[in-house]
Order: sequence, then structure tokens, then C-alpha cells
Amino acid sequence: MIWSSFSEFIHMHGYGFYVWGSFVVTSLVLLVEHFILRQQRKKIIFSEEL
Amino acid sequence: MNNAMPTKSMRSINWFAFAAPSRFYFLSKKCIPLFWVLASLLGLSGLILGLLYAPTDAVQGDSYRIIFIHVPAAWMSMVLYVAMAFWASIGLIFNARLAYRLSNSIAPTGAIMTFIALWTGALWGKPTWGTWWVWDARLTSELILLFLYIGYLSLYNAIEDERKANKAASLLAIIGIVNVPIIYFSVKWWNTLHQGASVTLTKTSMDPSMLLAMLIMTFAFWAYAFATVLSRVNAKTLDEESHTDWVNTELQKLRNQAA
Repeated sequence: MIWSSFSEFIHMHGYGFYVWGSFVVTSLVLLVEHFILRQQRKKIIFSEEL
Repeated sequence: MNNAMPTKSMRSINWFAFAAPSRFYFLSKKCIPLFWVLASLLGLSGLILGLLYAPTDAVQGDSYRIIFIHVPAAWMSMVLYVAMAFWASIGLIFNARLAYRLSNSIAPTGAIMTFIALWTGALWGKPTWGTWWVWDARLTSELILLFLYIGYLSLYNAIEDERKANKAASLLAIIGIVNVPIIYFSVKWWNTLHQGASVTLTKTSMDPSMLLAMLIMTFAFWAYAFATVLSRVNAKTLDEESHTDWVNTELQKLRNQAA
């Protein structure tokens, strides 16, 4: 581990905003895609006529 | 004649068998959880290595860590476009529904990867170049890629007739493929602000732990793309083939499992 404290890790030597802005938005976008896909699948499974 | 000897065709896998929607459905259904597990494990280890153990870059400081998602997303944005155009052309040539469905299913994930590449690029550009955006060859061609994905999806959704929608959207996808080599070689062909490739097949300018983290993240993105695209194909199959007996049986089974 290269970080000596948690706050140093969050701070990223001054680049925290850019680094976390990238990683957090990427995670959110992928989570949203996954969530939408689940909803669509559910809708298909429960809406089809028997 | 000796019939006991297995012929070559008997021994090899009949790949066309997977072109049947039902075969493809059940094969993907088995693979999807595997790809999710791979994506999670690789993603987690790539993040741990990249964010906690890879050293700070001598030139760019810690802003370089954006590379661990920027490069995998940018690679995937191009690879997925080629895959989308490939299945679009197979769909056009053989008039194959499953090929069209694969193409349709790749598009949203490809668009998302392109968005991530552009977003993380902007957040990397600001501290490195002092600007979020510049109309430079690499950035502009990647933005065009996003418009191609959006154009493909809009065209497909705008045309009511499924067959015509697929033909029109596929044509757009195939024409748009000229943009992919432009993106890839833009840093060589033009004098761009965007840096050249850090990794090529023969040499690398990166610390081994940085390179390893980036490669692990790339495999994680691959696994994610496979899981997502196959899930989307299977959902579409259940929707579009609901007139068949096997889909009705499967839907009944899925409903019972959910209950």
C-alpha cells in the first residue's frame, strides 16, 4: 500500500476530484445500465401473455 | 466403406447449431453468471492494485490513475463498435435475426463505454492539459463514435418495421466503421494533444504494476460487456420469440422462480 492515511488516499495528492469524479461516475453509469437491463427483463418476463 | 470411422465434420463442433435462438439462449444463460463473477473479481483486484498499490506517476502525479478506466473503456468502445458492425453485416448478408439482435444488444453498452472514455478523458485533460475539451483528432473522432452509436440506436428505434429498422441501422453501423481506424491512428496521423499509445504489442512505457492493473481492468470491462450484451440478447429473445413453445416454457419457468 502506497498511502499512509485514508485522507491522503481520498486527496490523491490534489487530484482527488478528477480521479474520484472518473471512478464514481463510471461506477454509477454501469450500475444504472445494469439496473435498467434488470427492469426490462422483469417487464418482459411478467408482461408476456401465457 | 467403413462407417465406424468418425468423419471430420462429426468430430468438430457445429457452430451453426448456436445460430438457433434457443441454443444460443441456453448457452448464454449458463455463461452470464460466469461473466458477472469474472467482471466482479477482476474489477475488484484491478481497482485494489491500481488505486492502492500502483506507484504515483513521476510526471502526472495521481491524476494518471484515471488510465485504469479510461483506456479499458476507450478500447471497449472501439472493439464493441467493430463487433456491432460485424454482426450487422452478418445480419444483412444472411438475413439472420440473431445476428441483428446481437448488433442491437451491443450498441447501448458500446455507447456507454464511449461516454465513459470521453468523461474520464475530460477529467484527465483538465489537470493535464488545463482544459476539459479540445477539438483534437483523437477526441473529436471518439465523439463521432458516440454519435454513431446514438445514431444507430435512434434509427433502429425510429423505424416501426423491425426488418427495415435493422437494415437501415446496420447500414449506418457498417459505413461508420471507417471511424474506428481514424480513432486508433489519430494520434499518429495528426499532431494531437492526446498522448500516443502507452502500450503497444512490442513495447511499453509503464511501470509493471500500472500495466498489470490496466490489463486486469481491461479484462474486467470485457467480462462486463459480455455479461451485459448476452443478458440483453436473451431478454430480447424472450420478448421477440414469445410465439414459440420453448420461450413460453422458459417464461413460465422464470415466473415460477420469481414467485
